[in-house]
Amino acid sequence: KNKEASNCGFVTQVCLSGCRVTANFISAKCFNWLRCDFCSLQLEEEEAKSSFDVDVAVTNPEKVGDGMNAYMAYKVSTRVCLHCEEACGSKHLLILEFLERRRAALERFLQRVVSHPLLLQDPDVREFLERDDLPRAVNTQTLSGAGFLKMITKASDAVSKMTIKMNESDTWFEDKFQEVEAEEQQLRKLHVVVDSLVNHRKELCVNTAIFAKSMAMLGNSEDSTALSRALSQLAEVEDKMEQLHQEQAASDFFIFAELLADYIRLLAAVRGCFDQRVRSWQRWQEAQSTLQKKREAEAKLLWANKPDKLQQAKEEITEWEARVTQYERDFDRVGMAVRKEVLRFEKEKTKDFKSQIVKYLEAMLQSQQRLIKFWEAFLPEAKAIA
Amino acid sequence: MLVPGSGSALRSVSVDLNNDASLVIDIPDALCERDMVKFTVHTKTTLSSFQKPDFSVPRQHEDFIWLHDTLVETEEYAGLIIPPAPPKPDFESPREKMHKLGEGEASMTKEEYAKMKQELEAEYLAVFKKTVQVHEVFLQRLSSHPVLSKDRNFQIFLEYDQDLSVRRKNAKEMFGGFFKNMVKSADEVLISGIKEVDDFFEQEKTFLLDYFSKIKDSTAKAEKMTRSHKSRRGFLSKNANLGSVCELKNQKFEFLLEKLSDLFEKLRKVEGRVASDQELKLTELLRYYMRDIQAAKDLLYRRARALANYENSNKALDKARLKSRDIPQAEEHQQQCLQKFDRLSESAKKELTSFKGRRVMAFKKNLVEMAELEIKHAKVSLTAHPIKHTV
Repeated sequence: KNKEASNCGFVTQVCLSGCRVTANFISAKCFNWLRCDFCSLQLEEEEAKSSFDVDVAVTNPEKVGDGMNAYMAYKVSTRVCLHCEEACGSKHLLILEFLERRRAALERFLQRVVSHPLLLQDPDVREFLERDDLPRAVNTQTLSGAGFLKMITKASDAVSKMTIKMNESDTWFEDKFQEVEAEEQQLRKLHVVVDSLVNHRKELCVNTAIFAKSMAMLGNSEDSTALSRALSQLAEVEDKMEQLHQEQAASDFFIFAELLADYIRLLAAVRGCFDQRVRSWQRWQEAQSTLQKKREAEAKLLWANKPDKLQQAKEEITEWEARVTQYERDFDRVGMAVRKEVLRFEKEKTKDFKSQIVKYLEAMLQSQQRLIKFWEAFLPEAKAIA
Repeated sequence: MLVPGSGSALRSVSVDLNNDASLVIDIPDALCERDMVKFTVHTKTTLSSFQKPDFSVPRQHEDFIWLHDTLVETEEYAGLIIPPAPPKPDFESPREKMHKLGEGEASMTKEEYAKMKQELEAEYLAVFKKTVQVHEVFLQRLSSHPVLSKDRNFQIFLEYDQDLSVRRKNAKEMFGGFFKNMVKSADEVLISGIKEVDDFFEQEKTFLLDYFSKIKDSTAKAEKMTRSHKSRRGFLSKNANLGSVCELKNQKFEFLLEKLSDLFEKLRKVEGRVASDQELKLTELLRYYMRDIQAAKDLLYRRARALANYENSNKALDKARLKSRDIPQAEEHQQQCLQKFDRLSESAKKELTSFKGRRVMAFKKNLVEMAELEIKHAKVSLTAHPIKHTV
């Protein structure tokens, strides 16, 4: 009984406009992660014998606008075919919820990536957006969301276990790093709270729906006509309340909780940047010490008078001298880039939070206004009881 | 902890109370000591049957139960709906939370602790108000009833300035009452089994039996919903720690989160009021009428018993006639049973009719008030949204 339980199509419009910037030092290789992750989705749910077929298509490149404000618009279509071996029922709902969550996350990810002027130039990004047939990515397990975080944590651990401790000439980096760490912790705490808020609201939903049904039965049983009608109306209002709670829970989650989750991950990525800088410094230091060793080796050879090995030693010294110079330049460059990125990130973070919070509050506001309408419609019914 | 009386705003589970100025009862305050609640029952009366025109006595919950049970067991009142006994005051929930708060005191800031303590005290207060209301309504139903208000035990309850516990059930009486309750559990069977000649009672019986099960269900579901509402409040309060959470150098960001935290705090307070209003107007209403309908069912049960007795006396009379023995006694017994049954039926009809009217009016009042409060609170939370300007 292979029933095709649902066939959903999601279409999102992605605008590349380079004006909005969110710093994200994720390499373009992660795009393959994105696509692969999407395609090889398998619900880890117990016996849910469900599988997905996902097609991602990026089409219709269109130039929009003129001159300075021109941008390219692409249509990213995602089609998901869901196969369920048995009638899924409530699992079906869970799956749809999961899909929507994943789709929204991928969309946000895409938008962040394409908003970054540097990443926009990346050939992999371009390919992802423009090619009709992307080669299927393999071996991206390590680059999955969890895998990526693990990678960053491992890198951080490696940095902290360094034998050569970095002597920080610029306290800005140290201070900023601590700030980022602190903020990440706080957002984590907040995320836990918002998560439980979402769950409680869902519980309220369920209980309200059950109550509404019970009230409808009571209304049927009531022998006073006007009261019977009022009770049935009350049941309907409570049903509408349940819907409001549902929508509010979705808003809590998609606008607020996911925002927090995104930034927790983004802050981890920012930490990753700092670690990259430290590793860059490390590389420079190691190269310097290697150069030193080579020079010492050359001196030994000179003294031992082995002209053939001497030539090789001189070549190695030249090579390493170049490397040291290169690595020092790299380190400076990375430092500047990190600084620039972090500042831009902070600005964008505030903007992002502000716009999401405004969205969240507007949703709440609308919800309240509808609540008022429902009860105002009920009031005359209640007053009409005689 | 001394609590002022609930005020008339809360006395809406029953209407038409305290209309008669000749006997006005209220519970102006109550005292909570450990496991016991002492209610101050205050009476103002113009009736000469009382010794003073204005007086107060302390009463415990058990005294109310005693009064209720003596009324139930009074033969004379078999044809009346005896107002349901108030439920035992239940401070379990806030007490448990207070305990947990005490244990967790070390792990929270002074601010948090003070805030939680305040909330818990508000919860205590809410439970208090509820229990005072329900005990008050019980007495007021009695004082508003033309027959019950004249009951001797009721007068003693109101007036006797010593401890009532001496007069309360001793073990033997308790057993008797318990036995009565056991028999009564078969009331539904007895009531539905009776062959009804009177249309009125036939309809009432059908309605009450069905309505009772529905309202019992609704009460349970309403309780669950109200509990969900309340627990949600608790989580919004943790959210309020937002502002203190981020002490960051990014001022704009911090400002943003502070504004959000302020908003959540305001919304939380509103949510709290919505939840408790819903409980009072809806859940309490359903709870009360569930018990009241049980009292009406008890009346039907007593009438059914009287009818059964009458039918038995008929059978006994036939037997006596057959045996030609003790006929006058049997006839008299049959007449008594018939009279009793007729009296009960007449009284029950009146009671049930006025009950219906009272019930419909009480529902109307509460539903209207609940809708008005929902609207009011929603409008308040709308004004707490200054989004676009400050954010």
